[in-house]
Amino acid sequence: MKDTDTGAERNLLEVRGLTKIFGSLRACDAVDLTIAKGEIHALLGENGAGKSTLVKMLFGTLEPAAGEILWDGEPVRIASPGEARALGIGMVFQHFSLFEALTAAENIALSLDSDTPISTIAAKAKALSYSYGLPLDPYSLVGDLSVGERQRIEIIRCLLQQPELIILDEPTSVLTPQEADKLFETLERLRGEGKSILYISHRLEEVKRLCDRATVLRHGKVVGHCDPRKETAASLARMMVGSDVHAVVRDPAEGLASAEPLLEVTKLNRKPATPFSIPLRDISVSVRAGEVIGIAGVAGNGQGEFFEAISGEVTQDEADTVRIRGNGVGRLGISGRRMQGAAFVPEERLGHGAAPAMRLSENLLLSRHKTDGKVFLGVANILRFPAVASAAKRINEIMDVRKSAPDPAASALSGGNLQKFIIGRELDRRPAVVVVNQPTWGVDAGAAARIRQSLIELARSGSAVLVISQDLDELFEISDAIAVMHNGELSDPIPIAEATRERLGLLMGGAEPGHQAHEPLEAAR
Amino acid sequence: MRIELSKRPQQSKLFSALSPFLAFSLMVLAGAIIFAALGKNPVDGLYAYFIEPLREVWSLHELAIKAAPLILIAVGLSVCFMSSNWNIGAEGQFTIGAIFGAAIPLYFPDFQNATVLPLMLIFGALGGALYAAIPAILKARFNTNEILTSLMLVYVAQLVLDWLVRGPWRDPAAMSFPQAPRLHSWAVVPELFPMSGRANWGIVFAILAAIAVWFMLARTLKGFEVKVIGQSPRAGRFGGFSTARTIIFAFLLSGALAGLAGIVEVSGAIGRLQPQISPGYGFAAIIVAFLGRLNPLGIVAAGFVLALSYLGGEAAQIEIGVTDKTVRAFQGMLLFFVLACDTLIHYQIRIIRPVASAPPAATPAVEAARGND
Repeated sequence: MKDTDTGAERNLLEVRGLTKIFGSLRACDAVDLTIAKGEIHALLGENGAGKSTLVKMLFGTLEPAAGEILWDGEPVRIASPGEARALGIGMVFQHFSLFEALTAAENIALSLDSDTPISTIAAKAKALSYSYGLPLDPYSLVGDLSVGERQRIEIIRCLLQQPELIILDEPTSVLTPQEADKLFETLERLRGEGKSILYISHRLEEVKRLCDRATVLRHGKVVGHCDPRKETAASLARMMVGSDVHAVVRDPAEGLASAEPLLEVTKLNRKPATPFSIPLRDISVSVRAGEVIGIAGVAGNGQGEFFEAISGEVTQDEADTVRIRGNGVGRLGISGRRMQGAAFVPEERLGHGAAPAMRLSENLLLSRHKTDGKVFLGVANILRFPAVASAAKRINEIMDVRKSAPDPAASALSGGNLQKFIIGRELDRRPAVVVVNQPTWGVDAGAAARIRQSLIELARSGSAVLVISQDLDELFEISDAIAVMHNGELSDPIPIAEATRERLGLLMGGAEPGHQAHEPLEAAR
Repeated sequence: MRIELSKRPQQSKLFSALSPFLAFSLMVLAGAIIFAALGKNPVDGLYAYFIEPLREVWSLHELAIKAAPLILIAVGLSVCFMSSNWNIGAEGQFTIGAIFGAAIPLYFPDFQNATVLPLMLIFGALGGALYAAIPAILKARFNTNEILTSLMLVYVAQLVLDWLVRGPWRDPAAMSFPQAPRLHSWAVVPELFPMSGRANWGIVFAILAAIAVWFMLARTLKGFEVKVIGQSPRAGRFGGFSTARTIIFAFLLSGALAGLAGIVEVSGAIGRLQPQISPGYGFAAIIVAFLGRLNPLGIVAAGFVLALSYLGGEAAQIEIGVTDKTVRAFQGMLLFFVLACDTLIHYQIRIIRPVASAPPAATPAVEAARGND
């Protein structure tokens, strides 16, 4: 690190014409970016805009094809994360790299190059964590910690290396609103100490609240620098997307009280499948015809386990634990539940909702070979390719799936387009019950609006829709009532008229009576 | 300067088709170098190996005899490998199939009519399938590693055969030779064209099996299931397919085909059970399966190539006096080159010249390719 005191104008980091090419795709195309000392700089962009690629070049995990990076005014080459750290660049990743079977302190020790004893590291980490308002017990096992606490370990680990620039990749996507507030306080303190922060997010409200300047990327190019405080969320969204985003329209649901429940879950329990997965405890929920129920919650509180249990990928002992259209389906697998009129959209698109190397038409067959066997299969289960292909074509047209070939492999589509296809594949059946996990995760704003609108329309046409999401804004937009999942338990649904962010946030943090206080340190504060 | 493997955006159709031929050429090249190193003329060596066996009709018959078991086994293995079930034990399933099938004429020597042979073939397939069921059930039920269990069972099967032909099934008339009695004429797979050579109906079975399995894989829901479970098991389960059922199906099918190959070999080409009934067909078929790109129709062609390597080995031993171990060397090189060339389907090779003054970075290309959001 060099100390330069030739004036406050000097930028801590300056990037000129940085370019990265993957095959024919210019993931980053002549990107310019400056970060001053003591500023929080937002990097905005939709998924696939090149944010992660840019950051990886700054952190030394990718090598730029062209362009230069100036650190404190000096041109530098960052060839590895080690060199980035040595310069004073620290990074908190969106997906944590922690060992669940080790303690927080041991995880921190692993990333430090020195052979400092664990006790010293633990003491330092504890002191640092309290001084920044991110209390952390260094001797707790990572496997026992909530996602928010795990993020604290990552942040503390980063701060211990005394970086000048901290890069945070979508840090609030795993936090409750209250946890996010606390994180913002910490970041503001760091800014006060003269540290610089590069803050990657697509949540415009928090960017407006927190950041001094913003750089917006679209299709790998910088489309603008701005002061987010002077912009509106809509104007920022327009910069990111390049066009206006249509707002989702939700007509009030009518006659819900007399509608019959199409999906009923009664006292669903599930033992943890692995030592670190979440057991489900006494979950009950029912969704009526015409209704959208949202399930909020911080990631990793049992949503994935719940989805598997409802979809029938994992079956129950009692048939009546899960009822679809009044029929007990607890012992049926996923095909049996589909035959009762249910459809499912899992969180992970590649490898769960779709087979990556298979064509879209084959992926259509994947979830519908049973329900649409009469159309798609001939005698002796011989595939009728023309029927499958024309159905796939119809879905692609209805959902406006953008693709480079008539019938490309699922992995060749962008996340948003693949999700449009998967949602379209399920809704095309006009199912009576739909269970969706993270319908718009990583999907660009335009596609997300379309997906949400189609879910609402399906409900209004008489189906029951259950949406699991970590995105509270999304749930407020589409749900008639929101329940909160925390630590494998589900709260009662709160009607949308009574639901507030504060109330849901408290439930997400485990404030519901009967929940064990998950974070004793937090309670002490 | 450094050489970088970078992932192609799409897999290359060109190299997908070219890879087996490229691998074969590289094997020939490496073979020439080996012959030269052995002090033999490479041209003579390669001629004896790859051309000589194709010049006479009787020798083409031998080619068909060798290709039949290779194709039968490899077709079954393609279903296993496509569903990510690594059945390495086809040699054992082949052996047990031969034992099961040959048991009928051995235990009922007086039962002689036209139903004997079909029964033997069915029993052979059954024996192979049952033997393959062991690693299959172990994997489906206890998640054991099928590579280890199926491979170890090969040696068990060979020892069982050895014990049978030296013990209970030994031909009393064979002057203490370890072999079972010769099969009676109803129990022999008929020859196709007895006038010109020994080739029997085995090759017809092999080609029919290849066509049937190709149709199953390419055109039916079952084939779709096999591919989905093999490529992404979680998506397969989401589709309502069962991983365990696919494991059992793939192993039973490939075991049955290997068992059928075993009984066809014993009843057609050899004529009796003896301690050695296979020059490693079960293992060579793994190479056949990959050389044929796991496509049953490609496997038919690949089966003839590997069969040629067996015949060529014998020819080269006679003509230029090299050890028949060269067969194994050639087969090994072929598998190696096939797998190496397959890299080119998904990756392209790029030579990166260093940027002036900057030292080359150590970032692996693969990581870079994954870095794309």
